[in-house]
Amino acid sequence: MGINEERVQEIVNSSAFKELVSKRLKFSITLTVIMLVVYFGFILVIAFYKEMLAVKIGEHITIGLPIGIGIILFAWILTGIYIRWANKTYDKNVRELRNQVLQK
Amino acid sequence: MENFQSTLGQVNIASIIIFLVFVAITLCITYWAAKKTKTTSEFYAADRSISGFQNGLALSGDYMSAASFLGIAGMVSLKGYDGLIYSIGFLVGWPLVMFLIAEPLRNLGKFTFADVVAFRLKQKPVRIASSFGSLMTIVFYLIAQMVGAGALVTTLFGLPYEIAILIVGLVMISYVLFGGMLATTWVQIIKACLLLGGATLLVIMTLSHFDMNPIKLFEQAADKYTDSVLSPGGFVTNPWDAISLGIALILGTAGLPHILMRFFTVPDAKQARKSVFIATGFIGYFYILTFVIGFGAMVLVGQDVITIFDKGGNMAALLLAESVGGKFFIGFIAAVAFATILAVVAGLTLSGASTLSHDLYVNVIKNGKADEAGEVKVARGATLLIGVLAMVLGLVFKGQNVAFMVGLAFAIAASANFPSLLLSILWKKFTTKGAVASVITGAGLAILLIILSPTVWVDIFKNESAIFPLKNPALFSMTASFLVGIIVSLASPEKEAQNKFEDEKLRTYLGIGAE
Repeated sequence: MGINEERVQEIVNSSAFKELVSKRLKFSITLTVIMLVVYFGFILVIAFYKEMLAVKIGEHITIGLPIGIGIILFAWILTGIYIRWANKTYDKNVRELRNQVLQK
Repeated sequence: MENFQSTLGQVNIASIIIFLVFVAITLCITYWAAKKTKTTSEFYAADRSISGFQNGLALSGDYMSAASFLGIAGMVSLKGYDGLIYSIGFLVGWPLVMFLIAEPLRNLGKFTFADVVAFRLKQKPVRIASSFGSLMTIVFYLIAQMVGAGALVTTLFGLPYEIAILIVGLVMISYVLFGGMLATTWVQIIKACLLLGGATLLVIMTLSHFDMNPIKLFEQAADKYTDSVLSPGGFVTNPWDAISLGIALILGTAGLPHILMRFFTVPDAKQARKSVFIATGFIGYFYILTFVIGFGAMVLVGQDVITIFDKGGNMAALLLAESVGGKFFIGFIAAVAFATILAVVAGLTLSGASTLSHDLYVNVIKNGKADEAGEVKVARGATLLIGVLAMVLGLVFKGQNVAFMVGLAFAIAASANFPSLLLSILWKKFTTKGAVASVITGAGLAILLIILSPTVWVDIFKNESAIFPLKNPALFSMTASFLVGIIVSLASPEKEAQNKFEDEKLRTYLGIGAE
């Protein structure tokens, strides 16, 4: 199975490939933006509305504790969401396109 | 614990034995790995034989330095919640590595991230510039690690500083020199397991004093040191400072050469992706553990005692280990901390050696045409060179305040390595001149501004006030690096690079032609 040079141009210009690339970029940039907004939002709250995180939810426990730990978990969950999407949707499309390029 | 007595600084037999066992096992692995390390792909990338899960563990091993274990636990023990804010910054870069970098990097590159930056550009100028950014990052990171290692070993074992540097240097050089990436990877994996296991054990033993309920621990901390330890304190005084540090930590993570290099050890992009998921999980878990450890030390050891041993709180985790587990347990945690330093410097050294041999020797001096055996020899020579350099720098900077160098390494990684890497993956019109200008601007500004910043200008040079207001320069140096890269590229269109972008895309997104 070698690379079919003629097909390369065809694939690169195909709508299927273009769609795949834009889907991938959209998804990863969306997740990137979500992560950055959450993190820098957290930092800005600390900078300007510190007392918001000092609100008590127990005798001493503040809401800042679950939020801080929550951001750590959230970061991990986001990577999980990406993996799920990539394994289910992206890889399937990649396989189809790869087969077209590597055929014949 | 009013009359807290610590054995810290005394010779701890348990610690020495555990450390020697670690060194013996890892050297056996190195011996085994050396037999499988003959080609360049084996030396730099473990012949791409590492699984996603293994690489995830190794990545977390590379990232969880002794500084982050002892330093963050110490910060939490003295400042409470503020320590958590700091560790969150270190974690948030990882999802970005996954979304933006990991898969394209794996598909486009061979051994170093400069492979990707130079993919469709002119090899020589881009390789030289990227190597500069890469080596600057590695050298500053290495200095911080070596000086930290020497100081830590002196405190922990009562060994002279110079001997500590010598031990770390020689053992680390043996791993990399003989066992290449395969040995380095397994050292990271073992160290990650030890560190995660040790920290878990420490948390369990600590929580056993609080009915296994972390909330009780936090409440007692608040009782003892007021409620302020459970909410943000003085960490963020200047929002611009916090944002700049955040940028350095997040984008710097995505530009650390020794982290990026690890993605070439897995067979394909799917495994690269998986390894980030695993790494993020373990690193996040680790930061949650260090948070509990910090609070445990605050309550069970006490801030007054912690500051007696180290003003910055760096001994908090060890003192807590002694308080809940006695002399054997502090010995164990101390040995783990030492092993951690060894593993991190090994990773850094391998990455520096690959920059010297693969990027500079092969692709600049030899025009990309070096024979396999020759390149492996050069890579081994480069390992020796970087290893000896690390030891010399460790000795030269003895007793100096080098804590800022980690921040500087992250700032350079975020400003010199990350922008050029991202632009080369995403932007069709990126050019050779743009790449070179972006790297030079990023690295140059990061170094210049940190010298003029309060971190160096005031804290180290003892001037009255700083010329540049922020403690970390990344906000400016990273932005400038992107802007300069974009403007220079637009001013110097490169037809060939644009044409190659389509082929590159096929490889980036489909993995066709990936090594």
